[in-house]
Amino acid sequence: MRKTGEGVSVSEKERKRDAAETGLRALYRKELADHLSSKRFIIILVLIYATSFASLYGALTAVSESTETIDYLFLTLFTTSGSSIPSFMSFIALLGPFVGLTLGFDAINSERSNGTLNRLVAQPIHRDSIIIGKFLAGTTIIAIMVFTMGIFMGTIGVLSTGLLPQTEEVLRIFVYLIYTCVYIAFWLGLSILFSVVCRHSATSALAVIALWIFFAIFMSLVASIIANAVYPIDDQFGALFNSYNNYTLELNLNRISPYYLYSEAVSTIMNPSVRAVNVVTVSQLDGAISGYLTFGQSLLLVWPHLVGLIALLFAAFICSYIGFMRQEIRSN
Amino acid sequence: MGQTEQTIIETVGLTKRYGAKIAVNKLNLRINQGEVFGLLGPNGAGKTTTILMLLGLTEPTSGKALINGMDCTRNPISIKRVVGYLPDNVGFYPDMTGRQNLRFTGRLNGLDEKEIEERIERLLDRVGMTEAGDQKTGTYSKGMKQRLGIADVLMKDPQIIIMDEPTLGIDPEGMRVLLKLMRELAQEDGRTLLISSHQLYQIQQVCDRVGIFVNGDLIACGKIEDLGKQVQKENHYTLEIQTSPCDDRLLAQIAKLPKIEKVEKEGERFSIQSLTDARKELTEFLGTNGYTILHMHQRGGDLDEIYRLYFEKAGQSDEDKSSEKNRGGRFGFGKGKKKRRG
Repeated sequence: MRKTGEGVSVSEKERKRDAAETGLRALYRKELADHLSSKRFIIILVLIYATSFASLYGALTAVSESTETIDYLFLTLFTTSGSSIPSFMSFIALLGPFVGLTLGFDAINSERSNGTLNRLVAQPIHRDSIIIGKFLAGTTIIAIMVFTMGIFMGTIGVLSTGLLPQTEEVLRIFVYLIYTCVYIAFWLGLSILFSVVCRHSATSALAVIALWIFFAIFMSLVASIIANAVYPIDDQFGALFNSYNNYTLELNLNRISPYYLYSEAVSTIMNPSVRAVNVVTVSQLDGAISGYLTFGQSLLLVWPHLVGLIALLFAAFICSYIGFMRQEIRSN
Repeated sequence: MGQTEQTIIETVGLTKRYGAKIAVNKLNLRINQGEVFGLLGPNGAGKTTTILMLLGLTEPTSGKALINGMDCTRNPISIKRVVGYLPDNVGFYPDMTGRQNLRFTGRLNGLDEKEIEERIERLLDRVGMTEAGDQKTGTYSKGMKQRLGIADVLMKDPQIIIMDEPTLGIDPEGMRVLLKLMRELAQEDGRTLLISSHQLYQIQQVCDRVGIFVNGDLIACGKIEDLGKQVQKENHYTLEIQTSPCDDRLLAQIAKLPKIEKVEKEGERFSIQSLTDARKELTEFLGTNGYTILHMHQRGGDLDEIYRLYFEKAGQSDEDKSSEKNRGGRFGFGKGKKKRRG
């Protein structure tokens, strides 16, 4: 008797797992197809390609006009800004959130307002497949977008300059693109969170835009105000004692912002001459030989940044997951 | 599938509270296989909450719901395999065609592709949507969406179909088709239907049994005729007549007749209450006195009356209970709405 009981429970478990997989796969496929055929996706793709092309053009002009010899010339195509056009890297740091936002801001609430969500939850799938499927499909789109863009930039760079990138440069660009994926996926997670919390897609879009602007522009102001309040450096005496603490606090506060965290990480990885991300005193520099960091050492410097970004990404996604699972699905 | 008297849906003391408000109060309900059951009540009476608990989408505060002997809260996936749910205001992905929407539902149910295509064709034909199947659902009218919704529910070939306000906002012709379909689903396919509604006439036409819900309580449950008799017994006979001429002199004369308890003038008509059936006496009286009868109707048998009387009864005892949504629907319930959140 016991044996048959166990047999039943095993097959039941299998059926459950089966249900979870089929549901997730069907949802993932549908979301992917939705994204790829939507006008919205075309618009952001054109926007991102146009800006990257413009920044590449600016970088090419700047590099060809410069007279001094540059090591790691291929990387400078990504990091150099032209006369009036920002560099590719800063463009992506600024526009990346927009991509994540566009892919996710109405993930859940549009389903709700279309009346498709309650039809969806009445199907024999686990409820979490819905939000996981959406997140995975969005992340896939982001990865496709980021990597094709990186390859596109590289190809144009090779074709127009005739430079052949070294292995280290390719690796650095690869790591840069991974960071970019995680960064944009964080914004996707955040916008899905707001789409769970807010009933209207306009509200969730505005909320994410507000956060985006706050982190990109105001966070540094807030950080410096707080740092100056805690460690004042307005007189000579204060400057003598507090400047180190003041700067460290400001830096740490800034690093709360994913925008800053990402920018710092990628500028380190894309620029081998950056030797430290924290404050370096003159005494510490004493006797140091100027030179470039190896790829491994650069990676070591920004490893915590990657961990931080992934943690932020998971925090955003888990909040939206829990919010969604606890919500009661009713029509309207 | 014969009409076996086998219980398929059962609730035992099912209760749901939202804070201090009781949405569903100790519901005990049994629905047999192959039955069409109507869940009636004004907006916010707890119908949708009951349905959500049956589907395992909302956890009951206490009590339990069973479908096929399975606990709805504990086995939601198994439940959703056999239960099809048509929500009110059913929606589809507007950028996908009708066929694509159905295909997606089929895939969610883990059907294989060949089976999906076959079912789509068969079901679109059944709901009369074959031609519109390749249009985007964003262009569909409400009635078309409703029909596609039924096809969508049938994709998984469910034993039980739960419909939440299926008749809302459907034109008369659409309604006729919809009701015909519902009857077919129950009689030919042998499926069990649970229909929630506040529109009585339509429900009356298809339901075997009804349950009347007010403020979370099931105040009456049974066959429509039985409920009608019960109401008549408790509330005397009410006769509605219109005569020519229809004057105040007649009013006074009728009031003097034996058996008649009360006569009121309602516009062009008289409403006459009596302890027993007074039709015979009245016709004789009117005939001998030279009045022509234009209209005569014995009230009490139809669902509307049953509904009204039950609501009045429930309203007297539950005046202070707040209502859930109070959208100001057809029935002015939940007027005594008080916010009590704890």
